Amino acid sequence: MALSMIDLTTLEGKDTPGKVRQLCYKARHLHDSYAGLPTVAAVCVYPSMVKTAKKSLGSSGVKVASVSTAFPSGQSAQNLKIEETKYAVGEGADEVDMVISRGALLSGDLNYVFDEIASVKAACGSSRLKVILETGELDNFDQVRLASDISMEAGADFIKTSTGKISPAANMPVTLIMLEAIRDYFLKTGKMIGMKPAGGIRTAKQSLHYLVMVKETLGEDWLSNEWFRFGASSLANDILMQLVKQEQGNYQSMNYFTID
Amino acid sequence: MSKKSKNLEPNTGWDFDPAPEKVPVEIKAQYDLFIDGKWVKATSKKFFNTINPATEEKLSEISEASEKDVDLAVKAAAKAFGSWSKLPGKERAKYIYRIARILQERAREFAVLETMDGGKPIRESRDVDVPLAAAHFFYHAGWADKLEYAFPGLKPKPIGVAGQIIPWNFPLLMAAWKIAPAIACGNTVVLKPAETTSLTALRLAEVFEEAGLPPGVVNIITGAGSTGAALVNHPGIQKIAFTGSTEVGKVIRRSVAGSGKKLTLELGGKAANIVFEDAAIDQAVEGIVNGIYFNQGHVCCAGSRLFVQESVREEVLQKLKFRMRSLILGDPLDKNTDVGAINSAEQLKTIQHYLSLGKKEGLEMYQNAGGTPKKGFWCQPTLFEDVAQSSVIAQEEIFGPVLAIQTFRTIDEVIQKANNTPYGLSAGVWTDKGSKIFNLTSELKAGVVWANTYNKFDPTSPFGGYKESGFGREGGIHGLAAYLNLEG
Repeated sequence: MALSMIDLTTLEGKDTPGKVRQLCYKARHLHDSYAGLPTVAAVCVYPSMVKTAKKSLGSSGVKVASVSTAFPSGQSAQNLKIEETKYAVGEGADEVDMVISRGALLSGDLNYVFDEIASVKAACGSSRLKVILETGELDNFDQVRLASDISMEAGADFIKTSTGKISPAANMPVTLIMLEAIRDYFLKTGKMIGMKPAGGIRTAKQSLHYLVMVKETLGEDWLSNEWFRFGASSLANDILMQLVKQEQGNYQSMNYFTID
Repeated sequence: MSKKSKNLEPNTGWDFDPAPEKVPVEIKAQYDLFIDGKWVKATSKKFFNTINPATEEKLSEISEASEKDVDLAVKAAAKAFGSWSKLPGKERAKYIYRIARILQERAREFAVLETMDGGKPIRESRDVDVPLAAAHFFYHAGWADKLEYAFPGLKPKPIGVAGQIIPWNFPLLMAAWKIAPAIACGNTVVLKPAETTSLTALRLAEVFEEAGLPPGVVNIITGAGSTGAALVNHPGIQKIAFTGSTEVGKVIRRSVAGSGKKLTLELGGKAANIVFEDAAIDQAVEGIVNGIYFNQGHVCCAGSRLFVQESVREEVLQKLKFRMRSLILGDPLDKNTDVGAINSAEQLKTIQHYLSLGKKEGLEMYQNAGGTPKKGFWCQPTLFEDVAQSSVIAQEEIFGPVLAIQTFRTIDEVIQKANNTPYGLSAGVWTDKGSKIFNLTSELKAGVVWANTYNKFDPTSPFGGYKESGFGREGGIHGLAAYLNLEG
């Protein structure tokens, strides 16, 4: 289950179409010597790589997610962010991962944050919008909760902890705050919102902790990749290693698990 | 993209695999009394069974100490008092530090035994009871040679032989609360654990042996009420410390009246846990659950009366019920278990009596669905909604996982209602506003008031009650005073 919830990610200045194609192959072929594995949920790339990713994933069902809105800092003009989002969607992105303006939030300009999310959502069309709060920059839980509430009210389909570029990234306390926000929003409106902790989740054991937390906070309806994702690339190989261990009784060397 | 979902359910879908704690613990077929550093047969030659409340299986046979045995124990303690009280404080401390360390080394064994004998989840005995018990020995060991500094200008002197009677809800922890300050101050002890939960106190006697504690400093006698009465009435005792029900506390107080014996009582409670509209509700819900369902509600300071401000009633109730449904009731030895077994058949009967009373009064009752194991004594976490102050459920101590929820509108109203009880052991306040906390801590007639937390314990913090919850404090400097004669 955890494997099918992973968003494999490559977000580097040195990304090339070749690198993205390799990642997309891995997304569809996690570990071919182990039969019956699912694909990951999505591949997450910069807007310029969306077309490449889309092409190499083809009809595999793996979604293409594009970061947007001057990721990772979000320090750009609002109209450019909207243009960027339109570009990503136009290139074929199924999902858009935007960042919020943390500066505006911390300085109390909540309307700006709200309006920006709402206009990016409008630019997304039918693509699903994930809103990255970058909790590592939000200082305290009250701000995390506030940012979660604003994002959901403004039209987020998913809320996401981090860009992966700032430490600390996802951790359990922050994720719990966001899950509780999702629960309260659901109880109020009946709308389900997805959750994506990103960064810092590397082991199968950690992923189980998160899944139990989701189940105990939101119930099993959220336990699918439609409503829950891990933004974690190295997690996949650890889960694969554990699966192979279950089957064969001993741990394999990491050399047997592919890096893409 | 969003869709409607039927319901939020935390406890369906995948179940956890069993994860029982497997540390083997050796339990003898029979236990004798621990008097004067030796294991001696009870003169009564009578034994009673102690069972595992989760399985109803017999664990062992416990000796029933007669009046004669009590006399032997008190005499042994009196004899030991001479040398123990004259021992320099730092020498006494060495023994107590040693006890604390052995307790830590054998922590897992104690946790398993406590859970088997008492029914509490291993998560609690492992993470709360045993570490706190060790902490109490460590803390009081530190005081042993510094008593003069604790009471400047006074000459602290030990009292003599302390008779100590402890309850079944925290058997090991209560033994530590009682024994550690008593022997640190230079007193000697005769301790009687509750009849349903004697095993960890007896195991503690093994720790005393291992630590080389001089014979007679701590004597442990087992038995039921009549043994306790013999201890209370023994003329060789200078101090009685009792933790248990208010009913028995009253009997003890009557019988020591005029005898010159010092007395401290830690009795029942019906604590108010107060949630204001500005509280962090999710956090408060955790606190409510911890307050009333911790140790199946067998806690004298349990937050058994919940006061919720009317404006947040719906939200709190909804979240509380959701959280309750995620609690796992079952095998206490399983590491995933949140709610263990009720301590005894008798206590289960008491709880069920109150449940039927509540239903008869026409109160709205909510109880976790899901069955309970066939064997053993069980009660699913329960709450009553919209209870009135005049309801029995809100007045009497149930000592089980049963919560009475009331609503309030103003601060004055909630202070009045919270104090409108014969008890006064503890209270909880949930609010984001510091000024409200300070106001309530001074207005509430309760020995402990927790703010934005509940059931937090520390050896440095004095614990004890107002009104019918008893008098005297345990823990901290105040706790030392209960085991010393302070002369000018």
